[in-house]
Amino acid sequence: MKLSVWTYEGPPHVGAIRVATAMENVHLVLHAPQGDTYADLLFTMIERRNHRPPVTYTTFQARDLGSDTASLFKKSCIEAYERFKPELLLVGASCTAELIQDDPGGLAETLGLPVPVVPLELPSYQRKENFGADETFFQIVKRLSRPLEKTEEITCNLIGPTALGFRHRDDITEITKVLNSMGIQVNICAPYGATPRDIEVISQAHFNVLMYPETGEMACRFLERTFSQPFTKTVPIGVGALSDFVKEVSEIVGANEINAETYSQLPWYSASVDSTYLTGKRVFIFGDGTHAMAAARIARDEIGFEVVGLGCFNREMARPMRKLAASFGVDALISDDYLEVEKHIQAIAPELILGTQMERHIGKRLGIPCAVISAPVHVQDFPARYSPQMGPEGANVIFDTWVHPLVMGLEEHLLTMFRDDFEFHDQAGPSHHAAHSPSPKSELIPEAVTEGNLDHKIIWLQDAEKELRKIPFFVRGKARKNTEKYAQNNGYSEISIETLYEAKAHYAR
Amino acid sequence: MPNENSLAGCSSAPVLKERGQHEVFCGLTSIIWLHRKMQDAFFLVVGSRTCAHLLQSAAGVMVFAEPRFATAILEETDLAGMADAQLELERTVAELLSRRTDIKRLFLVGSCPSEVIKLDLATAAEKLSEKYFPRVNVINYSGSGIETTFTQGEDACLEAVIRGLEPSEEKQLLILGALPDIVHDQMLRILDQLGLKNVSVLPQIRVEDEVAVGSNTYFICAQPFLGASFDEMVRRGAIPITAPFPFGANGTTAWLKAIADTFGVSENTFKAVTDAPRRRAELAIEKVSKILKSRSVFFFPDSQLEIPLARFLNQECGMNLIEVGSPYIHKTLVGPDLELLPETTTLSEGQDVDKQLDRLLLGAPDLTVCGLGLANPLEAKGFTTKWAIELVFSPIHFYEQAADLASLFARPINRSEKLKIGRVA
Ligand code: SF4
Repeated sequence: MKLSVWTYEGPPHVGAIRVATAMENVHLVLHAPQGDTYADLLFTMIERRNHRPPVTYTTFQARDLGSDTASLFKKSCIEAYERFKPELLLVGASCTAELIQDDPGGLAETLGLPVPVVPLELPSYQRKENFGADETFFQIVKRLSRPLEKTEEITCNLIGPTALGFRHRDDITEITKVLNSMGIQVNICAPYGATPRDIEVISQAHFNVLMYPETGEMACRFLERTFSQPFTKTVPIGVGALSDFVKEVSEIVGANEINAETYSQLPWYSASVDSTYLTGKRVFIFGDGTHAMAAARIARDEIGFEVVGLGCFNREMARPMRKLAASFGVDALISDDYLEVEKHIQAIAPELILGTQMERHIGKRLGIPCAVISAPVHVQDFPARYSPQMGPEGANVIFDTWVHPLVMGLEEHLLTMFRDDFEFHDQAGPSHHAAHSPSPKSELIPEAVTEGNLDHKIIWLQDAEKELRKIPFFVRGKARKNTEKYAQNNGYSEISIETLYEAKAHYAR
Repeated sequence: MPNENSLAGCSSAPVLKERGQHEVFCGLTSIIWLHRKMQDAFFLVVGSRTCAHLLQSAAGVMVFAEPRFATAILEETDLAGMADAQLELERTVAELLSRRTDIKRLFLVGSCPSEVIKLDLATAAEKLSEKYFPRVNVINYSGSGIETTFTQGEDACLEAVIRGLEPSEEKQLLILGALPDIVHDQMLRILDQLGLKNVSVLPQIRVEDEVAVGSNTYFICAQPFLGASFDEMVRRGAIPITAPFPFGANGTTAWLKAIADTFGVSENTFKAVTDAPRRRAELAIEKVSKILKSRSVFFFPDSQLEIPLARFLNQECGMNLIEVGSPYIHKTLVGPDLELLPETTTLSEGQDVDKQLDRLLLGAPDLTVCGLGLANPLEAKGFTTKWAIELVFSPIHFYEQAADLASLFARPINRSEKLKIGRVA
């Protein structure tokens, strides 16, 4: 038993849903109780997807246990097939169904459905979300791929992007551009946007670009073993990594790396005078292994930060992470315990955190600025604008995003010079960004003091004042003003609870 | 016509009972608001990574420093033998209580996995209560998805609390249901103005707020989803007061009147206390609900608030009801609201989400009240939606919130009318 407050990864079946949702014409029948349908909202709310994830949950109940959960599963499979007519059916169990051991794979097999059925083994009590995605995609590839002649022109597959990934949609576009500039076409991209038919022709590409090892490595290894498709080991996040990536690709296919379009503004921005203020800033970096390791290199070599802490939440990446951390002279923090990460950050007191949405919350609490570099992410990390992490544009985006929460240039001077000035006090934070600036003690403004622009004085009775404080702070100011205006218009000299609510009703819209 | 109700309303109308895929939260989700309400309590879910992930996803951005809930995640080793799991649980609780000395009530919350492996949380709670007596009271209940839907988690929690209440023969009024602070205080103020003494609320904010129950206890639910708590109160000899739920001006008046009548409050006092706020609420609703009038609404099952809210939208805002789905219909509790629904309303209980979506297409409502998983996909298809979960988190009860409640439904329609750019997703 492990006491857990917040988790970095969901259970493995959520990884399977990320793969199914990313693909087209695939349906997943998940043997699971009703509450597990919460997973849908991750995709429809956080990622703002316009479709329900292609998942049928059997939603068995206590009264079904022991009697007919198996027939419920079969019925769900048949109905899902009839309704959605997928080209490929995935079947699996969530943590609860794993315990009742209905064997979804075996049951689905007996139905004789006219499409391939891939049973998923998702060990809920041992593994987690990224494993679930990696395993699911691997099983799909293993089932559907077949040997084919390589294409005439040089092609590759983009492997690993899923639904709910951190900037996966934009990374695909960006990396496709870079590869095209080298004269390489994309055969298929998968799981993101791929159909089962696409997977059938996966082997005709010359090589694979492993974009996200967390969710695509098993498939890449399988494809290498089975069809001698080599795969890239460098994840092209950052200027240096992009250049290494281009070299690696060139070596694989013998293409001319000189032609690759990799120009990014990052090197000049880092070299410009203003960025002196970034030099030596102490940063703590945490996320999934891939993003955290890429971020460490950018932080040190491309912006000039000092990396004072580095780690990842996925144990699968512990080994390379430890190695890299050692080369930075720090001990890697490998942990999926949110409280431990918080303690660590508190102890090293960095000036900037590069982390996940969890570290953003830690930063808020500790008053340390934070930029998000990795899943798990929240709705604001799926921006409307194009904002990849990979490729040249990714490097631009990263420079902007990381510098944004910091106090820059002259502003920093002013803060130091006028340290005691009320406007420039230490907690003031960057002037351009009120929302992210840490200001832990801001609720000190006396609330019931009426501003002097009213004709005659209106007194707030104690009860009313107390009531006012119960209104959420972000609308409290408005409520106060409206009530006073209302009282004034009606010639009241005192504001009671009654007045407060009369005003509320008056201004209701 | 929306407002011409026959006398019987929907109370004996046939209910469409659905038994297919449910698209709802499980009872664990209630912890998100319960832990804010009970300030000295801690909720320890004994479950899987899925349960922890659910809580986190439902809590959304509300990542608190150290929230008063956590999950003891079962691991491979716990599943091997029962004896182990009990010991492990004791160890985990010891770890928790040594770190959090502020905990006075500890809820051990069962989940699907703990139910399926038959982990005996009742015995565990008993043992732990003895061990930590008198510092911590340990109570167990199940929030599992195989037994409870969303708000039924609060119901199960409250039922367990009631089971542990001391007996008392004192005459009193007990109000069941966790309400946001501002609503809670308004309610108590109005009851005080009506001259009622000896009023308590369950769940208690702190363990010191002692509440007892017995045959001179009158009780009323402030939330419609407290069916099991209702039954448990009756078992304890308490006398139920039922009424339409206090949403909108009419609902609030009817709810307060039922209490006033039970306690013999004079008509004059009742009018003196309620007239002004009631009129205020009516006027405010009228302004806000213009945009709702004669428009149609379709409820997917979510919180069991559906029937009372449908009553409010129909009777007080002039909306037409196409379908009102509820995960579970407790007829005694929601009967008074059901009676006020037009006979033409389709009532459904349980769910088969794909079939219900088919009915939605046919019904083509102006507003769809549904869960978070369905909202954006429906918006993308051109439906205007209201997320049901907001109704559980927002202050919507009683007179002063009546217009806010109406505006929760008005806002999405308002937005649809304002946006002139299509909604291609
Ligand atoms: S439905 Fe069951 S397994 Fe799923 S989150 Fe709820 S309690 Fe946990």
